[in-house]
Amino acid sequence: MLKSKTADRLATVVLYIIASGIILLLLSFVGYLLYQGRERLNLHFIISSPVFMKEGGGIGPQLFNSLYIVFLSMIITVPIGLAAGVYLSEYSKPGKVTDIIRFCIEALASLPSIVIGLFGLLVFVSMTGWGYTLFSGALAVAVLNLPVITRISEDAIRNVPDTVKEASLAMGATHWQTIYKVIIPTALPALVTGLIMTSGRVFGEAAALLYTAGMSSPNLNFDDWNPFHIRSPLNPFRPAETLAVYIWKVNSEGLAPDARQIADGASAILIIFVFIFNIVSRFLGRVLSTKFAGRKN
Amino acid sequence: MLKEKYKNSKLYYLEHELLGKYTVTFFGIFLIILTICLVTFIATKGLATFFNNHYSPIEFLFSTVWKPDRGVSKGGPAIGTLIFIVGSVSVSLLALIISTPLSVSIAIFMTEISPKLGKKLLQPAIEVFTGIPSVVYGWVGLSVLVPLIRANFGGLGFSLLAGSLVLSIMIFPTIASVSADAIRAISRDYYEASLSIGATRWQTIWKIILPSAMPGILTGVVLGLARAFGEALAVQMVLGNTIRIPHSIVDSTVNMTSIITMDMGNTAMGTVWNNALWSMALLLLIMSFLFIILIHKIGKKGVSK
Repeated sequence: MLKSKTADRLATVVLYIIASGIILLLLSFVGYLLYQGRERLNLHFIISSPVFMKEGGGIGPQLFNSLYIVFLSMIITVPIGLAAGVYLSEYSKPGKVTDIIRFCIEALASLPSIVIGLFGLLVFVSMTGWGYTLFSGALAVAVLNLPVITRISEDAIRNVPDTVKEASLAMGATHWQTIYKVIIPTALPALVTGLIMTSGRVFGEAAALLYTAGMSSPNLNFDDWNPFHIRSPLNPFRPAETLAVYIWKVNSEGLAPDARQIADGASAILIIFVFIFNIVSRFLGRVLSTKFAGRKN
Repeated sequence: MLKEKYKNSKLYYLEHELLGKYTVTFFGIFLIILTICLVTFIATKGLATFFNNHYSPIEFLFSTVWKPDRGVSKGGPAIGTLIFIVGSVSVSLLALIISTPLSVSIAIFMTEISPKLGKKLLQPAIEVFTGIPSVVYGWVGLSVLVPLIRANFGGLGFSLLAGSLVLSIMIFPTIASVSADAIRAISRDYYEASLSIGATRWQTIWKIILPSAMPGILTGVVLGLARAFGEALAVQMVLGNTIRIPHSIVDSTVNMTSIITMDMGNTAMGTVWNNALWSMALLLLIMSFLFIILIHKIGKKGVSK
């Protein structure tokens, strides 16, 4: 009896140690990144272009490309994922088709992102004849993200209380009216939170972009916002190296003497953005849930 | 009046009810179409090695001779990928061995020892770990772990050990959160019944909670394995990418995702070399489907118990 009590106490202590070890690991990980990148966390580094073979280059175009790819891929994925989520939560009946859709979602979600990148290379880069473009990258990331967005949408819609739905139906609204006028607005806070969190993930994605958006960024003219001009940042049919791809490339073939500092700075920026996405999603989720659902979470 | 009539008409119903229904149904089906397209395209490219270039799958899978640039006069390009397969398997399994005990411990801590700390500290920590991009893991591995291993264990530092340590941190959130969910799903009756017959908390966790949560924990482990197996850039940055079978954990090696990442841009489409890379991509795809099927098998076993 005494022995099992000792074992109980010992196990508890060990588990406390492991848990604090993990927290410590995270703190030192994030702390290390911010500390190493501290000298580069300035406006010059963030907005200026990289220079080759020389010190002092920035990450302006790469940061812009990352944000632009997130934006484009979300425009593509959100309607499809939301529609598929509505289908799964509201219309699908248990059966073969639903099972197959669920298997496909799982399979797509578990595919290595490099494989999805290669699919993008084949279809969006070679077959279309576009070459490495921002748009090809956005499409590849959209494929990567579709299962995630579908799941988020399905969960958000499923979590809408049945009473809300029944009230709407009882008033004579059709099922479809209920979905787009009642259910989706009620699910909006959870949807928005999930979508922004996913954006954070897309922001750091690299493997799927290497061979779709490419590993170079042309000289961009940040005064030209006509999407049809070749040097315009908004032109989706140009190669676009993202921040995460740049970190990888700087390490493997960096020619600048300060490659190390660039990677440190870029990693710090990347992780700060991931935090921003996290915080914004929680904040918006809270604001929207008081506004649309009239409840506090 | 007309409007009223329209509102009660079949046309209105058709437009507003069926249109919506069919649109969302289409996008549900679209997921199947997309998956089929993806598999077909990768398979077409990946099978070219065997159907167009006439290499045998046996040679592809079990030969260690990777000389894709060797001239035809010297016996033609050799595309044995065993080294990469061994690299992928060893680095992921080692990552799993490091990560699983830690992840399950954290899951137990979050659910049974201190749910309060679990919710306030560990849950957010796990979310942050999930959010950190893989190249950042690779970069920290490269700038911290590699020199550390070089100084303490010898070798170049770029090694199987560095790769699996980086991967073990990356798959930790997956295994921990899936395991925690599995433990939470166990009925509290079990727990209370065990305590009421005089078992300690640890005995209860070890003998009751863990065995009942085992299918869920295994699901987490397989998901972690799948993630480790398919991870590309972080591993490539710290593995060293020497084409040889590693003899110790401080040896540098290479895996499938790394060689695809590095060589795909340097080879022309349609060449044997390029086709061999696509075959490896197909192999990765098949592996990830097998992992999903395995998870389903585990899940079914859990239910029937």
